[in-house]
Amino acid sequence: MSPLLEVRDLRVEFPTRRGVLTALDGVSFSIAPGEVLGVVGESGAGKSMTGAAIIGLLEPPGRIAGGQILLNGKRIDNLRYDQMRRIRGREIGAIFQDPLTTLNPLYTVGDQLVETIQTHLGLDVAEARKRAVGWLEMVGIPAAAQRIDSYPHEFSGGMRQRVVIALALCAEPKLIVADEPTTALDVSIQAQVIALLKGLARDKGTSMMLVTHDMGVIAETADRVAVMYAGRIAEIGPVREVVKHPKHPYSAGLMASIPPLDRRVDHLAQIDGAMPRLSAIPRGCAFNPRCPEVFARCLVERPALLATGATEAACWLYDPVSEKHAPEAMRHG
Amino acid sequence: MAETPILEVDDLARSFDVSRPWLQRVLAGEGKRILRAVDGISFAIPRGTTLSLVGESGCGKSTVARLVVGLYPPSRGRVVFEGLELERARAIAEQRRRMQMIFQDPYASLNPRWRVKDIVAEPIRAFGMTPSAAAQQAKVAELLTQVGLSPLDGEKFPHEFSGGQRQRISIARALSSNPDFLVCDEPTSALDVSVQAQILNLMKDLQARLGLTYLFISHNLAVVRQVSDRIGVMYLGRLVELAPAETLFTTPRHPYTRALMEAIPDLEMTGRQRIPVGGEVPSPISPPSGCPFHPRCPLADDRCKAERPVLLPARGTEASLTACHAVEEGRDGGVPAAQRVGTTAIAL
Repeated sequence: MSPLLEVRDLRVEFPTRRGVLTALDGVSFSIAPGEVLGVVGESGAGKSMTGAAIIGLLEPPGRIAGGQILLNGKRIDNLRYDQMRRIRGREIGAIFQDPLTTLNPLYTVGDQLVETIQTHLGLDVAEARKRAVGWLEMVGIPAAAQRIDSYPHEFSGGMRQRVVIALALCAEPKLIVADEPTTALDVSIQAQVIALLKGLARDKGTSMMLVTHDMGVIAETADRVAVMYAGRIAEIGPVREVVKHPKHPYSAGLMASIPPLDRRVDHLAQIDGAMPRLSAIPRGCAFNPRCPEVFARCLVERPALLATGATEAACWLYDPVSEKHAPEAMRHG
Repeated sequence: MAETPILEVDDLARSFDVSRPWLQRVLAGEGKRILRAVDGISFAIPRGTTLSLVGESGCGKSTVARLVVGLYPPSRGRVVFEGLELERARAIAEQRRRMQMIFQDPYASLNPRWRVKDIVAEPIRAFGMTPSAAAQQAKVAELLTQVGLSPLDGEKFPHEFSGGQRQRISIARALSSNPDFLVCDEPTSALDVSVQAQILNLMKDLQARLGLTYLFISHNLAVVRQVSDRIGVMYLGRLVELAPAETLFTTPRHPYTRALMEAIPDLEMTGRQRIPVGGEVPSPISPPSGCPFHPRCPLADDRCKAERPVLLPARGTEASLTACHAVEEGRDGGVPAAQRVGTTAIAL
């Protein structure tokens, strides 16, 4: 099946007074129809930037400096603003972290839903309103017919995020880009929202790109996961493989440093140092200063994604030509 | 009986007046609105151990942290530090220096216009602890080394450091007055997971080396499991369960504790169907009658709606104190079977 979304060698740059910063460098992946792709990484790894580039909402002066983004085989990275506007909402829905800034505080949630539905589906007001109530019911808002005329501030955080989800889904897009949709919520509410997103994506056959720093959320929701580091994809593969048998030393370190809930450990595994700033990304592999497996080639040559079993990892350990090979058993977190 | 605990909190409560201005209130004909952030909690922390308070946002855990160090005066109840009422202890510099706090946001808690060496030395100066500038400098260098930074970093400004390094600076500052007791309010929630592991390891090392006592505030149960000796679970300003760390995780008794553990996303992907707890946390301005958890609790009955439960040893796991009528009456099905194993959580 041809992918719904394809990102090829995407490069995003920020021109600054002190030179051009490369925020995303050679990012490639695809999302199949109905698939949920999780994108994880630490702050500054470029995961939100990837989402913003796809929905055409890069903050200036950020710009796409190379590569292509294809939706259903058609390029969308070079569209004009008004053309992209038609795609946002209709073809690609977006959910952001903070529901308060997504919703307009001066309009009732009904107004906002009706406007979106009318704009994209061309229905009359009465029909659009009927659909809006339907969507609010679907995302689990009690007494939707009455609540539709409430303002965003009259809802609690969890309910507001449900409204945002309804807003993203109401034009029935094929792809949803969800950027930290549950991060602002408490765990008990978070579980409700994840269950909702998962159910809706399954029922409607919607594809989703789920950006989050919470590995637990990814593990429960995603089919595949991409681990990002310093603006590049370090590893991508089926979520189970990446969580249980991470191949890239960074993903392995990341998984190992998550505190376990089921036992107490005396010393958590830690990755020493910090992610490099965009202005000081090292030559070769971006992870080389922190990598326990580093060898000569990593310092000079940047690794591309190499197939290793079920996943692909950007690491020279998996290139048969490299001098150093990692025994399979060593690669566990 | 063991030695006296370093900190004792007895029936501590703090409410905030969140009423609208007087004229508006009178015109609208409404009464005062009182938010009970903390509503009668008691615990003690033995020397050299860690007590953690966990709960969702708005449960009052950070207010407890602030009450314990005296940033807020309590509305009711008392805090006893080293056998002295907090107010009297804080009047004595020698007692005050023994208690320090680490805050959540290392971007907001360090003065951006001060050099790191001045930030770290501020408590030393404030308490007049070293006579000479040279001794002070040596102490700062020692502290920076202790938290894994270089003595040369003292010349830099906070903006030159990453979040994890800044939190190390906060810890160095807190340690500079040789405290015995540290209140840590979400010290790792603003950090990425690999950095969080660094800071948690550092805090555990320091505790072992210096014999520190921690009051640790967090919303992350997995983090809390790694650092705590005992854990208190808070809901709407009250302690609903207080238990030794291992007991809490192997046999959680209060329905809210169980729901909280159930809600954590599962890294092991056993494919189990989670049953998220329904509803949301009610407003602390008008908390439910009786047990604050009863509107969301699967075990609630008429007694739970009417009568407020108190912390009692739980049937079957006497080491756990649980404020629940259902547990007390044995309506909860007794001690739960061993919790799901092989689960890992949560935020990076």
